Amino acid sequence: MVEVRLRVNGADASLDLPPQVSLLDALRERLGLTGTKKGCDQGACGACTVLADGERINSCLALAVQYAGREITTIEGIAGDGPGHPLQAAFVRNDGLQCGYCTSGQICSAIGMLAEHGAGMPSAVTEHLCADGAELTDDEIRERMSGNLCRCGAYNGIVDAIREFAAAEAER
Amino acid sequence: MRPFSYVSAPDVATALRAVADDPGAKFLGGGTNLVDLMRAGIEQPDTVVDITSLPLAEIGERPDGGVRIGALVRNSRLAAHPLIRARYPVLSQAVLAGASAQLRNMATVGGNLLQRTRCPYFYDRTAACNKREPGSGCGAIGGFNRGHAVLGVSGACIAAHPSDMCVALAALDAVVEVESVRGVRRVPMASFHRPPGETPHVETDLSPDELVTAVELPPSPTAANSRYRKVRDRASYAFALVSVAAALEVRDGTVTGVGLALGGVATTPWRARRAEHALLGAPATEESFRRAAEAELAPATGLPGNAFKIEMARRAVTATLRRLLTEGSPA
Amino acid sequence: MTSTPTAPTRTPSPVETGTGRSVGRPLDRVDGTAKTTGAARYAAEHPHPGLAHAALVHAAVTRGRITGIDAAGAEAVPGVLAVITHENAPAMKPPPPVSVLNLSSLASGSSVNYLNTDEVHWNGQPVAVVVAETPEAARHAAGLVRVSYRELPATVDFAAEEGNAVPQKSSALQSGGARKGDAEAALAAAPVSVDLRFTTPPYHHNAIEPHATTAVWDGDRLTVHEGTQNITWLRDHLALRFGVPVRNVRVVAPYVGGAFGGKTMVWAGTVLTVLAARVTGRPVRMALTREGVYRTVGGRTPSAQRVALGARADGTLTALIHTSVTQTGRTGGLPEQATSQSRHLYAAENILLRQNLVELDAVPNTPMRAPGESIGTFALESAVDELACALGLDPIELRMRNEPERNPVDGKRFAHRMLREAYALGAERFGWSGRTPEPGSMRDGGWLVGLGVASAYHPSWQMPANVTVRLSADGSVVVRCGFHEMGMGGATAQAQIAADALGVPFEAVRVEYGDSDLPSGPGAGGSAQTASVAASLLAACEKLKGSLLALARRSGGSPLRGRRPGDLEARDGGLWAGPAGPGETYAAILARAGRDSAEAAVGSDTRVGKVTGQLRFMSKLLRDRRRWVKAACGAHFCEVRVDPDTGEVRVSRWLGVFDVGRVVNAKMVASQLRGGIVMGIGMALSEETLVDPRNGRIMNPGLADYHVPVHADVPPIDVHCLDVPDPTMPLGLLGVGEVSVTGVAAAIANAVRHATGRRVRDLPVTPDKLL
Repeated sequence: MVEVRLRVNGADASLDLPPQVSLLDALRERLGLTGTKKGCDQGACGACTVLADGERINSCLALAVQYAGREITTIEGIAGDGPGHPLQAAFVRNDGLQCGYCTSGQICSAIGMLAEHGAGMPSAVTEHLCADGAELTDDEIRERMSGNLCRCGAYNGIVDAIREFAAAEAER
Repeated sequence: MRPFSYVSAPDVATALRAVADDPGAKFLGGGTNLVDLMRAGIEQPDTVVDITSLPLAEIGERPDGGVRIGALVRNSRLAAHPLIRARYPVLSQAVLAGASAQLRNMATVGGNLLQRTRCPYFYDRTAACNKREPGSGCGAIGGFNRGHAVLGVSGACIAAHPSDMCVALAALDAVVEVESVRGVRRVPMASFHRPPGETPHVETDLSPDELVTAVELPPSPTAANSRYRKVRDRASYAFALVSVAAALEVRDGTVTGVGLALGGVATTPWRARRAEHALLGAPATEESFRRAAEAELAPATGLPGNAFKIEMARRAVTATLRRLLTEGSPA
Repeated sequence: MTSTPTAPTRTPSPVETGTGRSVGRPLDRVDGTAKTTGAARYAAEHPHPGLAHAALVHAAVTRGRITGIDAAGAEAVPGVLAVITHENAPAMKPPPPVSVLNLSSLASGSSVNYLNTDEVHWNGQPVAVVVAETPEAARHAAGLVRVSYRELPATVDFAAEEGNAVPQKSSALQSGGARKGDAEAALAAAPVSVDLRFTTPPYHHNAIEPHATTAVWDGDRLTVHEGTQNITWLRDHLALRFGVPVRNVRVVAPYVGGAFGGKTMVWAGTVLTVLAARVTGRPVRMALTREGVYRTVGGRTPSAQRVALGARADGTLTALIHTSVTQTGRTGGLPEQATSQSRHLYAAENILLRQNLVELDAVPNTPMRAPGESIGTFALESAVDELACALGLDPIELRMRNEPERNPVDGKRFAHRMLREAYALGAERFGWSGRTPEPGSMRDGGWLVGLGVASAYHPSWQMPANVTVRLSADGSVVVRCGFHEMGMGGATAQAQIAADALGVPFEAVRVEYGDSDLPSGPGAGGSAQTASVAASLLAACEKLKGSLLALARRSGGSPLRGRRPGDLEARDGGLWAGPAGPGETYAAILARAGRDSAEAAVGSDTRVGKVTGQLRFMSKLLRDRRRWVKAACGAHFCEVRVDPDTGEVRVSRWLGVFDVGRVVNAKMVASQLRGGIVMGIGMALSEETLVDPRNGRIMNPGLADYHVPVHADVPPIDVHCLDVPDPTMPLGLLGVGEVSVTGVAAAIANAVRHATGRRVRDLPVTPDKLL
């Protein structure tokens, strides 16, 4: 057993865990934060996506003990103190979900993705690697979100929701 | 997952001592491959030495104009770094073609060098696999081998090397810096990974107690005109059927510099020396490209499931060089 | 254009004509907030004090008998509570034989009585379950259980067994084949013909939520949290297996994280979680690993199909032959109707349809989104395209020349058929006339561009459903029915229907679902759930309005006195005699009668009620099917780009025009139709379960190696619904869940043919097949 001090959604939690416990299982089974989902437990579906210091990661391949002290944000925490994150509302409006099981991961991933794009990071479909501030086209959204599978096939609605939210943010 | 003890190393010396003293110890970086393999029961370390706190996450320019990449640089940072994007676009593209954004945010350069094969018989503990269990046989040779290698294979193993990053590093003549309690040594990419031969479980030149600390890219004018092409079964988030890392320098219609490596088709990141040899000094034409590709694939041996890769690789090499010639660098 | 014969019309009610204020509106789904905030709890997410965790041990041989189990290593792991094997498991009743008089008998995924037998029937069958204090301990210990076997010969290679296939039997619910005229002779005599063989690989559902069960025993009462598509079947099955009364079993399934058919039957994980809870006396949860799902839950059968078409030079079909071989498991599995759509789509003069089966030592196959039609349309619609090429005819024109007036195999009437309209509208919206027919003639930069079409077809079904509706004095309405929500938006749709039927605002209606304590709902299958619930819901609302009118008439002073139900319309929260006539609100009626609420029920959950309901259902079903052919259909239009160097195919544009009858919620219907198309794209281009022909073991049991489509594979999908109610279905609904996956693979293969000149007849269309 090791003592792991996690900081999740702004709150500190101290857990005694065997080191093999993943961050995902620590969230779901120990902290009761079941909004983060387990779809494959092998980094192949993205349902477990959370933000670690604002960067999106697959929490299933993260040992909880490795993330002690990092600022972890899950779907339950993305709204902060507010009534809801506008991206959540955009998902509902654009029907970017069906069964809902991949949705938490899609939303956390999208938040991380927009931060990456905002920081000028390129993607596999970026035509000119050195051109910072390239436009967030639908092709860019789709490539950058490809780590999040949706078997219901709500992809169109998800892209619509992200585009709509990103445009609203750009207006602000 | 088998229980293990966990150590977080504060500095390189502590990390090296921890593995030198414990043959059952493994370094843990981003965890994207090791944790998966541990969960599948393929890797069963007694001790996990977490190295993510080590100060090895910098990318810097070297005095000779080359670039030094710390082993703990995350894949996403590597791909986005201005020096890499501008001078080694093939590396940036190769990294971005691999895995997903989430995994690239976790995975490290050092870990990517040590990434293990995706062969399904390697992953399935009920199957025969000489890599996982030396002497048990190879399930893939008479089984599913569509994803497997056609170059560098042996009768013991045909598992393909899965990395995209390593293919670019091979084309770029990268050098891997490794350290152990015995000191530092530098291993060229060309000899870092080992073909399976009769010992497919030995995958690299590393000793178990050696830590990858950095990768060095030599200065190269050719590298600025380079790109990566990955052919796969879906548009993103899939391992390569065939991939090509190519750097090309052409003066007055003649190839004056070339770096070429293949992924998805070989048991190691495959430096395409035969093709490079055929291209250097040759006219930069479709015909030269095709001939070079044919030269490289000449020794390839396919099975019913994967023989298509030989022609696919020829075409991908030709098409990538053609695109470099006509469109230039993606930088 | 000829119009298809339509069924006799009845006088539709306002809700049926869509003049109500909720039905038809693209409202947001009511559980959207719960699902986007992480508040929605799925089967593995219900906390219970003292919860223990279970993990499966899978057989590593394909067929044989267990000769020994060494559990010592597993039992020594700290936190392990029990290692349950056939040597120590309590007896369970075996799965029941299938009976048409008890539909719940269809629930068993397999006939194996897990851990009550030493027999192994497939590679991966569960042979032990480990229960521990933590999921980590359970999984680690499961890996330490050593099982030895005496192996027996096994039959596992579908391709090798194809020649041994035997004819598939017909039943009340399934047709085995059909014959009209002499199709082989007509084929031989046809001036133009194609005779093609197609194969499709096994596929897996891969709902993102792996199967999970949380089981809690309290004495002989059992509560199960489970992501199931059939609460009633699961409850009845568990009651039988564990020897407790049905009323003692409660199944709770408010959220199901995707299913697509894979959560219809009861599989090993569910039964063994309940068993583990019984053995340990603790609440137990078992969330299957992704690999565990592949090893213990069936997928879609592989198939080998022959389609032969003969035509006159003008394209008139003289012969249509469609034969199939599919597989079932030795211990169960649903025989697929791969030739289903071929009974209905083309007016061929001679038709021969035959379905054959092989039985393998494999985990039983199970329905997956449009079983039968999804793979059958690939073969049929590819062959029709190839015939169009051979004839030099436009593939839409060929279809229109053979569009039947009546059901081709037996002359029954179509209740409703708008395939012509779908193609006409689709061709216009998609710009089909811009297609140049010559293969390889369209390019965009370095890409070869191809356009393809194919028809979609899925039969419409209706199941029994029990529903209650309660209206309270404050104007709120509660609809109760134990149906299922896997993403179709059932609660939203039924609230829209109830709102219009009662004339109340959508926001006033709350729908309770996903719980066996509610009136029994239909299973979520056959694209039938919405129509099935709607039928009973509409009837319940009529009853409720009748009771309210009776209440009003009994009390003095109501403006509704002397009015008859037929004179009244439900609107503005009450009953009114016409648009301007007198009337009053439900609240006023209830207040005058001194009542807090009024309730109406349709169907009964007593034992007699259930039997009566099923008999009534079966007789109506059979009567209906004798009379009409009912189906949803549609026309797919797709554009692909093919890299001429590497053979990579990318879908760049899609339009689907569908006839699904009435559209209750345009937003959710479009989502569900798109979802089927996305699944079809995966089926066409990248998905394939690899079953090692040497031992029947699935070699890619995970999402890294089984390639479902990712964001980057999916272009914007334009979906259009004709939105014309079917006159014979409740509210005119034909079902939305499955029709759109049918035809997709053919549309893509046809577009690839157009782009490259290459006809790929073996799915998936991977780059190597186009080199």
